[in-house]
Formats: sequence, C-alpha cells, structure tokens
Amino acid sequence: MTLVSPVRAGTETATAPPPGRRAARRAAGLAASLGVLLVVAAASVAIGAKPITLGEVWHGLAHYSGSDTDVVVRDVRVPRTVLGLLVGAALGLAGAVIQALTRNPLADPGLLGLNAGASAAVVSAISFLGVTSLTGYVWFAFLGTAVASVLVYALGGSRGATPVRLALAGTAVYAALYGYVNAVELLDTAALDKMRFWTVGSLASANMTVVKQVAPFLVVGAVLALALGRSLNAVALGDDTARALGTRLGRTRLLAMAAVTLLCGAATAACGPIAFVGLMVPHVVRALTGPDLRWTLPYAAVLSPVLLLAADVIGRVVSRPSELQAGVVTTLIGGPVFIYLVRRRRMAQL
Amino acid sequence: MNASVHESKSGTAPLAPVRGATLRTRGGLSLRVDVRAALVGLALAVVALGMSVVLIGTGDFSMAPGDVVRTLFGGGTTIQDYIVNELRLPRVLVGLLVGASLGLAGALFQSVSRNPLGSPDVVGFGQGSAAGALTVIVLFQGGPNEVAAGAVAGGLLTGLGVYALAWRKGVHGYRLVLVGIGASAMLSAVNGYLLTKADLVDASRAMVWLTGSLGGRDWGQVVPLACVCAVVLPLVLGHARELRMLEMGDDSAYALGVRVERTRLVMVLGAVVLTAAATSAAGPVAFVALVAPQLARRLTRATGPNLLPAALMGAALLITADWAAQRLFGADQLPVGVVTGVLGGCYLLGLLLTERRAGRI
Repeated sequence: MTLVSPVRAGTETATAPPPGRRAARRAAGLAASLGVLLVVAAASVAIGAKPITLGEVWHGLAHYSGSDTDVVVRDVRVPRTVLGLLVGAALGLAGAVIQALTRNPLADPGLLGLNAGASAAVVSAISFLGVTSLTGYVWFAFLGTAVASVLVYALGGSRGATPVRLALAGTAVYAALYGYVNAVELLDTAALDKMRFWTVGSLASANMTVVKQVAPFLVVGAVLALALGRSLNAVALGDDTARALGTRLGRTRLLAMAAVTLLCGAATAACGPIAFVGLMVPHVVRALTGPDLRWTLPYAAVLSPVLLLAADVIGRVVSRPSELQAGVVTTLIGGPVFIYLVRRRRMAQL
Repeated sequence: MNASVHESKSGTAPLAPVRGATLRTRGGLSLRVDVRAALVGLALAVVALGMSVVLIGTGDFSMAPGDVVRTLFGGGTTIQDYIVNELRLPRVLVGLLVGASLGLAGALFQSVSRNPLGSPDVVGFGQGSAAGALTVIVLFQGGPNEVAAGAVAGGLLTGLGVYALAWRKGVHGYRLVLVGIGASAMLSAVNGYLLTKADLVDASRAMVWLTGSLGGRDWGQVVPLACVCAVVLPLVLGHARELRMLEMGDDSAYALGVRVERTRLVMVLGAVVLTAAATSAAGPVAFVALVAPQLARRLTRATGPNLLPAALMGAALLITADWAAQRLFGADQLPVGVVTGVLGGCYLLGLLLTERRAGRI
C-alpha cells in the first residue's frame, strides 16, 4: 500500500495553482530552510565545552593566528560541522530515496539492517585485519552496507513490497548480523572497546581527513539521488504506470540502490550508524512540499543536516562536560515520531 | 506428565504418555493428544535429556555419558560428584528450564496474537530487559541478583509500554510488531549509550549478560526458576483447550463457552512471567521463543498452540545450542545466546521467505 499517496500527487498537479507561483513558493521555502541550516551550522561551531563567539569563529577562519580558540574552530568545530552537514544531507536523501523506491513510509537505512551490515564489516576489519583508523573503516562499511542492502531488498522488497515485510527482512538481517558482531566482540575485548563507541554514532571524532575521505562518495551519491527525482516520481505511481510513462524500472531501481548504498555507506563509515534521521525528515518534508520528489529530495538534503547538527549541539549541551552522542539523540527524538506514525496511519495490512 | 489423555484424532488409540516434569492433572481434566504430537514430544524430551547428559560430560574435565548418568544417580567418585552435581547439573537444569519457559512463552504469544512472529523478542521485551540490566550494571554496579531484578523490571515495563502504545481499540498484530520495532530501536540506542559510559570490564560483563549465557549458573538460579515453572506450567496447560478455541476467533470461542478475556489475560500473564523468569536466570537469550513453537508445529503438524511440544523443543534447542557453543568455541568462550541469535536470524529469514511464498505477509 502506498502511503506516499501517488493519487494525490496526480490530482495536485492537475488542479494546482499556476505552476510558476508554486515553484516560487517552494523555492522560497528552500531558501528559508537554507537560512535555518546556516544558523544551526553557526551554532554548531559556536556552542560546546568552550563557548566561542561568532566574531572569534570568523577570526579563526579568516585570520588564523594559532591561538587556542582558532585551533578549536579550525581543527575541531569546523570539521565536525562540515561532517554533520554532509552526513545529515546524505542520510536524509537516502531515506527519501528508499521510501520512494519501496513505496514504504517506514523505510530507513537503520531499520532496514544496512547499519548492521556496516557494523559486521567494521567489526571484522577491526578484529581480524587489525584496521584501527576511521580511514580504514570506510571501505569495509561500504562493503557491508552494500551486501546488506542487496540482501534486505531481495528478501523484502523486490516485488510488491509491504512495509511489514521490509521491516521484518531488516530485523532478520539485523539479528543474524548482530549475532555475529556480538560473537566477535565477546571474543575480542579490544574490538568491543572500539565498537562500543563506533556503534552509537557520533560526530565527535570528526576531522578533515575523514571529511575528505567520504566527501567524494557522498557527493556522487547525492547527485545521483537528486537526478533520480523524476524517475522516482513515476515509480511512486506503481510499476505498470511507471513503465507506461517510459521509466526504465530496472535501471531506476539499480541506480537508486546504488545511491542509497553510497550515501549510507559513506555516512555510516564516517560517524557510525545514525538512526532515524533518514526516517523522520522525509515525512516532515512531504508535509511541507507534497510528494513531488523533485522538491522533496532537495528539501530533505537541507533539513536533515539541520536535525543532525541540532541533535549534535543538544548532545553537547545536555550532559556537560561530557557529550551525548548525536546518534543517541536522533534516536531518542526519532523513536517517538516513528511510533506516532505507526499509530496515526492505518497500518493494518499496510 | 502423567496426564490423562486418550483420544486421538486419527482414532488410532492410545498413546505413549507425553513426558514432562511438572504437570499434574487432577480433577478429571482431560487433554487431547494426537499420536504424532505425542511421539514428537517424546522424541524431543529424549533429545533434550540426551543432550543434557552429553553437555554435562562436555568441558575441561570431560566424561563419558555412562559415567555422567552413574554420577547423577550417586555412583561417581568425589571429584565426579562435585563436577557433575555441583558445577554442571545446575547449569544444564537452568538451560532446560529456560528453554522450556521461552518455548512455551513463545507459543502462547504467537497463539494469542495470532501472529507467527509474535514473540517477546519482537515486541521489545529483550531490549527492555537489556536496558534494565545495563542500568543496574553500569550505573549502580549491581551484583547478579540486582541485575536479574533490573532486567525483569525493564522487560515488564517495556512490554507494558509497547502494548499500551499499540492499543487503538484493540491491539492489531502488525501494529504491535511495528511499535515493538520502534521501541527496540530507541532502547538499543540507550543501551549503546550506557555501554559507552561503562568501563571496559563492566562493558564486557554487560555484553555477556546481554547475549544470554548459561555460564556460572548454580542452584541459586535453578530453584526460583523451577518454582515459577511449577506454578505457571500447569496453569497454562490447563487452559490449553480454551486457547485452542480462542484461535478460531473471539466470537466462535464465546459461542463455545470460553471465557475469552479471562483466558487471554491468563495466557499473556503466564507468557510474561515465564519470559521474565527465564531472562532473570540466563539473560535475554535470543529467538528461542520465536523459533521453538514454529519448529514444534512443523514437526507435530498439529493445529492449535502445541504448548507442550513447544516447551520441549525450546529445552532441546537451548541445550543443543549451548553444547554447540562449547564445542565450537571452547568452554565458556562464547555464551549460548550467540548461537541462538545467529540461528534465529537465519530462521527468521527463512520464515519470511516461506510466508511470502504463501502470500501471508
């Protein structure tokens, strides 16, 4: 069943007000969202264990003098914020694409067991291959995500996906892989020590090397996702209609899965599994823009980093002087939203 | 069970009595058991006991099954007697009781929710008890008994919460599952956070507990668990007939004279108490509750909840998994929950595929 409501999409375009004005309104909304994003990004640089004024931020960026404040700005806060921007955008885009592709409003990279794939690969890398750097994790996280995404999609979604089936396929993959992750962690205490910090998903260990490492993949994935908006719109109308409209379904699905794998794999590699951003933001966005993916995707790309950076900032503030990891904060916000969605929609027989 | 049963579906009469430990049927209660189910039950019981003997013989001080049996009946040397009766027997008994409790609880859950995936694991009981236990371990540095209490409290609270959140003019099975998934995800984030707050020793201890382990269990765990089983098992099995009618739908059950709400309440409470007791004894051993009833049903091919075969299957599964964990990875290297978790995940995948082929989900 499609809760993304393709029917409404059709009628809306039919009875829409002059397209020019709609587009202008949506563009204005996008600009406003960008403004919010800037504010949150500035807050993310300024707020933390050491409060920094915006003037000092500017000084650190423009006239680097090597003072403590400048070092904090350049080497800690800015990389962290940039990574938050990139990863947030990636998670939002991936969530929107997965939900459109599976016509499933509850699809989310974390829920679908993709993160479990990344975890399994990373724990293997740590324990068996002695990989210890974030730079090294990236490839393994990619591989794990790719394998898990193929597996879950084949099991739960290849034809006539229902939300329950996908969620269960994700749970099953998650269970099987986490059994393995547990086993490795129990046998290898050093791996447990690394994994327990990686697993919660945090921006805290961000640095410019990591940013440079994952940025190319995130950018390619994002471009791919944004370019797929039109085809995914057609997919939302149902396989037959999409085919009749000239969409090449197989190619679209493949490209979409590739985009999701690139985005999730890189995001997870950079800061560990962060759940629920990809689930929540597309819902908020659809409430703002309607179901047209050509708008949903850019909005998701802008608003998701807002959520992630805000969660990160909240995590820095609530338990000073230590931090609550961004992944924990997003899940604690996202869980109730998920349950609310399950309760509100007529989920019966989804 | 020296139960009293004597009518078989096929009409081919009387059966091998089904084996079990605690059922007493007095007051003229009669159960129906068909031959196949009875034989399967017997076979499962034999497997469970046989594996128990093998498991007792497994370890650094390995013993032949014959020696184990002789020692169990009091004929061993002092060393053998100590190792068997003090060290390994309690562990095996805990395994059998935990497996049986989980299998039975799973069968009850699946029958009441009329959903083959209904199990305490899926509705968040596991993560809830984990959160309770972790809180005790990490924040209060509690000992084993406090950890068990925390686990039970956490699991019960989560179960209640999920049930309440899924309630909208009745609990729809899939909504329950989805709310459970959401709650589990939140709780696992909390658990992940608590693990990062612990020092590494506590974290490893917590990981072992979280996976579900039979290591180091002694008579102190056996006795309470056995008491719970002794009370709940007869109670639940006594209601098996009503439960079976309940599966036909509330209205039909009413018409047949079943007190629907009371039966359901007893069954759910029984399942929750059994799960809680099992969790407090061995930690949240994954997936036995989900898998045991399904496998039992496949073997007996009987309709209805298959309560006793599910319990026996649970016991056999858990003991076999524990034996496999010890044989594959060496004594007490990996807890039993790792084996059941991996197997359970694979089983869930298989179930998903068959259910899908049959067009049920």
